[in-house]
Amino acid sequence: MKILVCVKHVPDTEAAVKIGADGKSIQTQDVNFVLNPYDEFAIEEALRIKEAKGGEVTLLSAGPEEAKKSLRTGLAMGADHALHLVCRHQHDTLTLAKGLAAVISASSWDLVLCGKQAVDDDEAQLGIMLAQILNWPSVSTVIKLELGEGKATAHREIEGGIEVVETPLPAVITAQKGLNEPRYASLKGIMMAKKKEIAETPCSQSGSEVEILDLSYPKSRGGGKIVGEGVAAVPALIKLLREEAKVL
Amino acid sequence: MKVLVFAEQRGGEFRKAAIEALCEGRRLSGGGEMIAVIIGKGAAGIAPQISGYGPDRILCIDHPLLEQYSTEGYSAALETAIRQENPEVVLMAATSLGRDLAPRLGARLGVPVLADVVGLTFEGGMLQGVRPIYAGKLLMKVRSKASPGIATTRPKAFPAVAPDGSRQTAIQPLSFDIAESAIRAKVKQLQSEAEGTIELTEADIVVSGGRGLKGTEAFKMLEELARALGAAVGASRAAVDAGWRSHGDQVGQTGKTVAPTLYIACGISGAIQHLAGMSSSKVIVAINKDPDAPIFKIADYGIVGDVFEILPALTEAIKGMR
Repeated sequence: MKILVCVKHVPDTEAAVKIGADGKSIQTQDVNFVLNPYDEFAIEEALRIKEAKGGEVTLLSAGPEEAKKSLRTGLAMGADHALHLVCRHQHDTLTLAKGLAAVISASSWDLVLCGKQAVDDDEAQLGIMLAQILNWPSVSTVIKLELGEGKATAHREIEGGIEVVETPLPAVITAQKGLNEPRYASLKGIMMAKKKEIAETPCSQSGSEVEILDLSYPKSRGGGKIVGEGVAAVPALIKLLREEAKVL
Repeated sequence: MKVLVFAEQRGGEFRKAAIEALCEGRRLSGGGEMIAVIIGKGAAGIAPQISGYGPDRILCIDHPLLEQYSTEGYSAALETAIRQENPEVVLMAATSLGRDLAPRLGARLGVPVLADVVGLTFEGGMLQGVRPIYAGKLLMKVRSKASPGIATTRPKAFPAVAPDGSRQTAIQPLSFDIAESAIRAKVKQLQSEAEGTIELTEADIVVSGGRGLKGTEAFKMLEELARALGAAVGASRAAVDAGWRSHGDQVGQTGKTVAPTLYIACGISGAIQHLAGMSSSKVIVAINKDPDAPIFKIADYGIVGDVFEILPALTEAIKGMR
């Protein structure tokens, strides 16, 4: 099977993000960037499919030069090829999806996987928009994936339950936490990844229909009061919740 | 100015978040028109339920192939409604359905989607939204330069106004057809949680447990408290990773985002990634053995102590109240 995984290079979720001087972007100095955690589930799933059914796994990432670091992480996990769509950070997801679609449609694939969302913009839209532009079906927020002949059965997490969705292939599947346990790159994998070539291709799409006006910090929640210690504090808490907070 | 709002319903009942989207659509449209769209079996029959939220018309799309949600079917149906009505703005709730449907619709129409917004304005002919990024560490104000401007509204971020019971609205069927072959990804089965389980993102009260609960026993105590309060049960990542709760219960950056009226965090230290999922709750109560736990910095009220003692005491006190 020929599987493509779209990945993104993003700030570590532990990073303290600060607004930069232009008021519209974050300060990147001293911020550790990593492979988007949700994309790790996507890569792991691709690798498992390859191990079960044979084939190859190609990674695709759009972004500045630094994105190669995350592509190398994916190669170290065991992906076969990596494509870097070189472009400045694109925050208009639709335009980004068009650029990725142009690269993806140049070859034939059985399956495209990506994480359900990127932990920087938290949009959860790229995979679905990509599918529409490719005119493929899509299933998002998938926690279990089974492949059959030319089709896939995906368990999709929704409020209050699971949707079991069947789709013909090729399709775009977006990975939710719980889909699998991503492997750590082995030392051997890391060494081999260093030798693999990352092919570059320029981005065909530019411009943006989305304008960032500004970034701001959310109102900080000041701490409240410690009502007391132990069981003795329970009556006082109830009283405050009823009379002061009025939530009970 | 015309705003079209997709009013999501499941099994004949409108999602709370869909009502919030309708109210925001009404507010945003000001003196203009707000059209609600309902898709699914028996759409016309349930349409009167949303009259009170102020739509000028309710369009109903009832087609056998749309009985079950599908990305392709629903986006095609909404596209038909949008091409008929030409709204400047299209809204829907950022539920799991909405977050699957909106981007598909946006790509069909060739326009961006402002996802999971917590604030909206319409200025200079363009839709502007505020959305949390970096797990809520920052807020980003963005503008869509395209028309229609599409946005999905974060559940509980917009107020649901009390409905005007006397209001009656024109209900219009929208004719729509689709070939079976156009719907490729199909739902084969729905596995629902136990009957009566309160859904986490819609709950007014959430009681949540973390590492400090030490195991499934204490979660049973938490469930008792939840029952007494009529609350949903949540969990921190630590509790989910330890196998005490399923991932569907996880609140936090890699779990669900909730904003209930009351959030009670038990044995949860308050890591940034957990706060990302609940810091917009109206009132936060923390119960933790460690007085230095970061959760106390953002909790409105806290009790320092042993959850194993406090949970049963709290449950008794609540039962005594009701």
